[in-house]
Amino acid sequence: MIEFEAPKPIAKQNEMLKMAADYRMRPISRYFDEHEHEIPWDFINFMHSVQQMAGGGGGMAPSEPKKDADGKERPRIGYQMLACMLEMLSYGDVGLYLCVPGGGLGSAAIEAAGTLEQKQKFLARFNTDKPAFGAMAITEAQAGSDNSALRTTAVLDKEKNEWVLNGEKIFVTCGQKALEEGDGLVVIWASIDLSAGRAGIRSFVVPAGAPGIKVTKLEHKMGIRASDTASLVLQDCRIPFENILGSPEVEQKTTEGFKGAMATFDATRPLIGASAVGVARATLELVKEQLAMQGIAIRYGLPRQKLTSIERDVLDMEMMLKSAWLLVIKAVWMADNRKANSKEASMSKVRGGDVVTKITQKAVELMGPLGYSRDLLLEKWFRDAKISDIYEGTGQINRLIVARNILGYRGSELR
Amino acid sequence: MYSFEPTEEQRMLIDTITRYAHSNLRPASHDADEENQFPLNLIKKGWELGVLQASTPEAYGGFGEHSAVTGVLATEEMAWGDLAGTMAVMTPGLFAVPIILAGSEDQKKEYLPAIVEGDWSPYSAAIIEPYFDYDPNDLKTTANVDGDTITLSGEKSYVPFANEAKMMLVFASLDGKTQGFIVPAGTGGITVGERQKLLGINALPLYPVKFDKVQIPASNRLGGVNGHDFAPILASQWLANASLALGVSRAALEYAIDYAKDREVLGSKVAQKQAIAFMMAEMATEIEAIRVLTWEAAWLLDTGKEDAYKEAYLAHIGAGDMAMMVTDRAVQILGGHGYIREHPVEKWMREGRSFASLPGMAII
Repeated sequence: MIEFEAPKPIAKQNEMLKMAADYRMRPISRYFDEHEHEIPWDFINFMHSVQQMAGGGGGMAPSEPKKDADGKERPRIGYQMLACMLEMLSYGDVGLYLCVPGGGLGSAAIEAAGTLEQKQKFLARFNTDKPAFGAMAITEAQAGSDNSALRTTAVLDKEKNEWVLNGEKIFVTCGQKALEEGDGLVVIWASIDLSAGRAGIRSFVVPAGAPGIKVTKLEHKMGIRASDTASLVLQDCRIPFENILGSPEVEQKTTEGFKGAMATFDATRPLIGASAVGVARATLELVKEQLAMQGIAIRYGLPRQKLTSIERDVLDMEMMLKSAWLLVIKAVWMADNRKANSKEASMSKVRGGDVVTKITQKAVELMGPLGYSRDLLLEKWFRDAKISDIYEGTGQINRLIVARNILGYRGSELR
Repeated sequence: MYSFEPTEEQRMLIDTITRYAHSNLRPASHDADEENQFPLNLIKKGWELGVLQASTPEAYGGFGEHSAVTGVLATEEMAWGDLAGTMAVMTPGLFAVPIILAGSEDQKKEYLPAIVEGDWSPYSAAIIEPYFDYDPNDLKTTANVDGDTITLSGEKSYVPFANEAKMMLVFASLDGKTQGFIVPAGTGGITVGERQKLLGINALPLYPVKFDKVQIPASNRLGGVNGHDFAPILASQWLANASLALGVSRAALEYAIDYAKDREVLGSKVAQKQAIAFMMAEMATEIEAIRVLTWEAAWLLDTGKEDAYKEAYLAHIGAGDMAMMVTDRAVQILGGHGYIREHPVEKWMREGRSFASLPGMAII
């Protein structure tokens, strides 16, 4: 039956997170925007303790469904919970949300491509009494959206049964905290055979403290400044054989390994959509608040030609926001119900990235001199918003994926 | 919980409608638009699928509870076949659905069984008015109550099948509030004008109707002498409009996809050009976004949630933009061929402009 009632655990979680957003994030939002690369430890420790109380910060949805007292399986809602969490935390502050300890994208990759044993082994580190961070490293200087062009290599040292990784990664969200602040990990995408193209690509878990990996640079960004974006160099970085994600056959040169790695994105793209919606909602609420202070209320139900220009803009923003959010919910609902959601995941990312940029840009415009000023957070959200249309696949790459899906084309047929 | 899965009954109903839309509506669509008329036997066949009947409680001759969710699912599916045909099939609902939603017990018993148990017959509603700022919440047609008599005065337009309608539900402003009034055909003071000629929806017969001090008994006020809340009726009109827009837009996108995958240009298929593929990806995303918004609004309405009215309004304005964008692009993707009436996309584009301006000609 089609329905839209947020499940009880989500409603409860939202209540708690709203408090964190309002009282732990917003008050420090501006400070950490203006103090790039300073780590918000108070906030991190607070979130870590909350997560410990709530039962762990693996940061990804549980694989196994919970059961009722009578043994009946409850519907899976793990991804839905996660999407709602990210939406609310991004409503608080998207840069700070990216600093929340836990597995992050690293966990997402392990959940999507790892074996059950690997999940248990690698994700446990996020459930100790000390905060730890996970990250995922794909992008290289010459390989962004075209990740089959990456040049980082993994060579098996058969004697020691270890992988030896060499290369350089850029744009690693949380890369510095994952490697230097606590017992975290980075999932590195590398090729086991550069001549094999896509078929050679695998993902590897590199834990903090592994020899031969180091952070070489922290980027200075337009927005999400509270979050570190690191460059990593791997120089004869050694990790155990079993740190290659997936079943042992992934060592064979087929595209299965690559597909496994790519499956990460079907899971994470709607989450970026969720985060985008959080920023957009914060923006729209502030705009309405500012208008209300001037005695302007938005009238619902009029024909468009009777609305004021401001009403039209605000109503369009609200329509875009709601529809984008529902696309996210649909995509994660599909993930929870184990339905193939590649098309819906990309749609939610396309729409999320679109609406958050449009809404934040319109908000700065509508608020005139107030919008452009740093007195309000609108100008910050304008800057923070843009990343949602870029990371985890640009809006254009996601359009390509949606197009291939609706046209029934393979990658070779629509480049 | 969240769920995007229709019930088994809804699925069966949709399957039936899919077959009808595919085998009956679509093949008749082009000629109906050219000839300004939909074959009556096809309208009757569509009526017999039982969409309205399934949404009318047993006590009044139907076989189910009213459900906006079922309504939007069914309407999108049928509109994929043909817009005017779907609106013709739904026309008796213009009269019946407001009675289901807001009628008094007496009104339900008096009017509903005859409509839902019988063949398709022209019952209609008059709400739209011939002014650029037509606003269902601020109608220029007035109703005055004097003892046991109500007097209606004003001008309506876009009234489906007004020339042959047995009864009409007329919406008018009573002390500034929109209220419905049941008006039997032949009541003195009603003048049905010449059939209207429009940009699209040509196969649906629409008429202007004048009400010159039309007198009806006070008991003909929808909901009884004390009237009714108009908001759920308007929300149901918006949602009907949004789902019609979804059906037409989906049809246009599918046609454009098939064409673009078939047609060669500069050494590859049209669809293999990113410029075109991206257009279609955006069309598909837009349709899906408005669809889930429409579903949620319908669910809010069914569960009596406070936000239903606002959300239905958002779905309505979103659907108006969506339909224009999608149908315009479908014509563009076919290039010169899109402009030729042998292909249906130009018809869908003409229809695509209707949704923003004309809520009120359908209700779920």
